[in-house]
Amino acid sequence: MRDVAVVGIGLNDRWGELWEVSLRDLVVQAALAAIKDAGVDHVDSMYVGCMSSGLFTGQEHLGALMADYLGQAPVPATRVESACASGGVAVRQGFIEVAGGLADIVLVAGVEKMTDVTGDRATYALGTAADEEWEAFNGATFPGLYAMMAVAHMARYGTTCEQMACVAVKNHENAMKNPVAQYHDRITVAGVLDSVMVADPLHILDCSPITDGAAALILTTPELAKKLKRPDVRIIGTGQASDTIALHSREDLTALDAVTRSAGAAYNMANKKPRDIDLCEVHDCFTIAEIMVTEALGLVEKGKGGPAVAAGETAPGGRIPVNVSGGLKAKGHPVGATGVAQVAEIVAQLRQSAGDRQIEKARLGLAQTMGGTGASSVVHILEAK
Amino acid sequence: MSTAGSWREYPQRYRYEAAVCDKCGKWHFPPRLVCDGCRNETFTRKAMRRTGKILTHTVIHMPPAAFKDESPYAVAIIEMDDGPRITTQVVGIAPGELKIGQRVRLEFRRVQADGEAGTILYGYKAVVV
Repeated sequence: MRDVAVVGIGLNDRWGELWEVSLRDLVVQAALAAIKDAGVDHVDSMYVGCMSSGLFTGQEHLGALMADYLGQAPVPATRVESACASGGVAVRQGFIEVAGGLADIVLVAGVEKMTDVTGDRATYALGTAADEEWEAFNGATFPGLYAMMAVAHMARYGTTCEQMACVAVKNHENAMKNPVAQYHDRITVAGVLDSVMVADPLHILDCSPITDGAAALILTTPELAKKLKRPDVRIIGTGQASDTIALHSREDLTALDAVTRSAGAAYNMANKKPRDIDLCEVHDCFTIAEIMVTEALGLVEKGKGGPAVAAGETAPGGRIPVNVSGGLKAKGHPVGATGVAQVAEIVAQLRQSAGDRQIEKARLGLAQTMGGTGASSVVHILEAK
Repeated sequence: MSTAGSWREYPQRYRYEAAVCDKCGKWHFPPRLVCDGCRNETFTRKAMRRTGKILTHTVIHMPPAAFKDESPYAVAIIEMDDGPRITTQVVGIAPGELKIGQRVRLEFRRVQADGEAGTILYGYKAVVV
């Protein structure tokens, strides 16, 4: 297996409600930015992570669409779907193709165009990441499922609504320094707790937003990275795992086993431990998710995710900064783009080029994204060489 | 859900039929073709006892379109006494009064009306006993 370097990163200029930008232009903007950042004149293959362009825009077959509108047809182009983990799994597919020697330069993009439909239709599209027949049919919404994880976590470990709110406050603060982020506004714990209830105990400010956005990476070999004179940032570990599609079938409703297993595989491949990691981008689709993911990744002790965020352990300058980009909560969550953008953020940090939000001396970073209520999870560990 | 989809699921949605693994005895609801406990592929259909207890719960304040008129409503994960776990609405109690560990019984109820055709879809909801 060959080593794999990330030599190009790109996001479209701003994430949010981009009524003036189409699905195809979004993904092309991000892909072009990554291609220019890498300084490559062609790609051998491409992947695009996207959860539900069919339900959001009526358009499927995004691989061919992207290749065509990038002027890169006839290269092989593949869409990857794994619900909210689509982008992360697309990164893994690109990694596999370079590592396996089938391609030398691979474009990995992610995109979601979510604001062309009403809130009801967006909610329906997102709900398809859960068990459509046995969860959604009976009235469970996506926030409702995470709310039930929160209630179970609160009952077992004493996690509080205030601690969950601290996740949102931290990630909004972080997004202030990210020009791409959907939100540039500070919020308070009291403000989160006063915001409208979505699914008890989750308020609207506990939830990540509906976002239009795209992100892209160029993956290649360390040898080509050197020729391109790009900083040598490598993906040194990748892991992926699945779990039951329905939350109710999980033995422990307070654990995210797929996250733990995907992280275990990535740590093992990278030969690193949780305490070695300098910063993380994780899947905070809801505030309780960040708390449970930090536990599942082994960054904090089981049940201590709430106290850790409240104590500032996961803030920039804390023991292990989490979601310095603003996370899904405040940077925005264009579903298929999220996993790709997380890796782009880690690469920027490891290049020491993250501007105002740079974590000093960051050498080793981790990106984690998950689909549904954690029925799939993918983890990448990156290192500056 | 399509008319054919709701029709083919009558046994599980209307009669609470689970598939009990012939090899390891694990109860599966809804029925499936492969046992996730032992990968056996033969099962015997049995109706679940309609009683269980609440493992976790929430109150939905922002409902999907099909449930607009019912909001706010309670949803819970219930562990049935035969073992399977389900996600369903809990009715007949003020939503804020749900508690982990509460005993419930499943009742046959109207769940939602399907799209413009207005096909009424039935299933189960839980009531606190």
